Amino acid sequence: MILYDYVLSASCYKIRLMASLLGTPLTLKAVNFHPAREHKSPEMLALNPAGTLPVLVDDDLILTDSGEMLRHLTKAHPEWRGEDAQWFDFAQTLNATLGTARLHDILNYPADIDTARRDGVMCLRSLEERLTEQRFNGSGFITGNRPTIADIAVFPNTALAPDGGVSLDPYPSIRLWLRAIRSLLGFIEMPGIHRMHELIAAPDYSS
Amino acid sequence: MTPEVANHWYPVAMVSGIQAPRKTLLLGQDITLGGTSGALWVKDAQGASLPVVERFGHLWTSPGQPTRDLFTIPEADSAGRQLVDVGSVRVKCSPLRAVENFLDIAHFPFVHTDILGAEPHTEVDRYDVQIRQDVDEVWATKVKFFQPQAAKSAEGGITTEYMYRVPAPTCAVLYKTCPPRPGEWDVITLFVQPLTEEWCEVWPWMALYDDESTMAEMVSFQQLIFMQDRSILENQVPRKLPLDPGMEAPTQADMTSVAYRRWLKKIGYSYGAQLVAA
Repeated sequence: MILYDYVLSASCYKIRLMASLLGTPLTLKAVNFHPAREHKSPEMLALNPAGTLPVLVDDDLILTDSGEMLRHLTKAHPEWRGEDAQWFDFAQTLNATLGTARLHDILNYPADIDTARRDGVMCLRSLEERLTEQRFNGSGFITGNRPTIADIAVFPNTALAPDGGVSLDPYPSIRLWLRAIRSLLGFIEMPGIHRMHELIAAPDYSS
Repeated sequence: MTPEVANHWYPVAMVSGIQAPRKTLLLGQDITLGGTSGALWVKDAQGASLPVVERFGHLWTSPGQPTRDLFTIPEADSAGRQLVDVGSVRVKCSPLRAVENFLDIAHFPFVHTDILGAEPHTEVDRYDVQIRQDVDEVWATKVKFFQPQAAKSAEGGITTEYMYRVPAPTCAVLYKTCPPRPGEWDVITLFVQPLTEEWCEVWPWMALYDDESTMAEMVSFQQLIFMQDRSILENQVPRKLPLDPGMEAPTQADMTSVAYRRWLKKIGYSYGAQLVAA
């Protein structure tokens, strides 16, 4: 499978992360989204007329929706499946709010930054409520007691909120959930989402 | 704004990225820039033209009267190098903090884990630092560090040798071992545009020998590295760079940073700096 990828994109990271958690190899093709806007190049538009990233190519299949990509990657992994449609919608709202604030703050993209942040905070409050209820019910993840593609869809833009000037300090349930995902076997980091150094075995200083 | 701050050259745009005229900030003041390569212009808030230089793929200007020409990087001119426009990233930190972070090696294993450094190879060996009086620049040489993946073109871990150079208060140049061409130096720069004292736009630029990687891969690699630094930079305190020793206790690994701060103080560069001991 080939992933047309941009290293700073939360949506591309979603797919890299899912593949890594599953142990599914991906061939990454770097696309110069910034500054060269290669996602709008003739080659990329031929692949995806919408001109968005990521794009996942699996033989004849070309996917341009990250939710569909998560379903495709996990089609032989029922343990990762669950109620996903409403969470894919939620992930899109996160992308349009916190994701927009992040692009504004990092890459100077035009945006109504106050609105983007305010609407992003509303999303975080509702996610915090969901995850707190889940904890009261003995479940650590969005749809149950183990992570599913709903968690992977929502994770990147949530974890990257501080990049757009939105603090995660007020949300203890979200912070615990972020930590749970970062602790999963096969977790990979991206800039702005650090690995759990404390989970790595202490280095051997004897030699 | 003091002449010691105004009379320097500052990067304000990537030449290939200039389309319609646009506004930006330089040292807290509005400027407008536009034009095309060879005929670029910058105007201040009153509409007066500011001096311009086009170099290293970027547009440079000054709100004052620069006392010397914009620095050069002769190594970057040699044939066969890939000149990489990395684009810009905005960071809410002092421009001087951004430069200082670029000069630091000791954070590699912890912030750029498994790329520019890895535990347990955390020790920074002694290296040479000097403020070169003839050119009025800070130089660090004979810097050596173990790196798991020093560049996009590097396979496996190698001990990389570095030289660091600060040719202007908000610019740093890094020369590093070039995996495919022993004997040559890859050139990696950090050009920082001070938007305000605590907010900057960072324009990395590179001149590399790399026949393997695509341009997109080289850009991605550098953006990955710099974005790993961004969240750290935005959380450093005090927000402005203290130029006097105080509560911070530098170690031997911080020699370059100590020289950089000392040099800033010597040339009277106070923008983004804290002059009361922290």
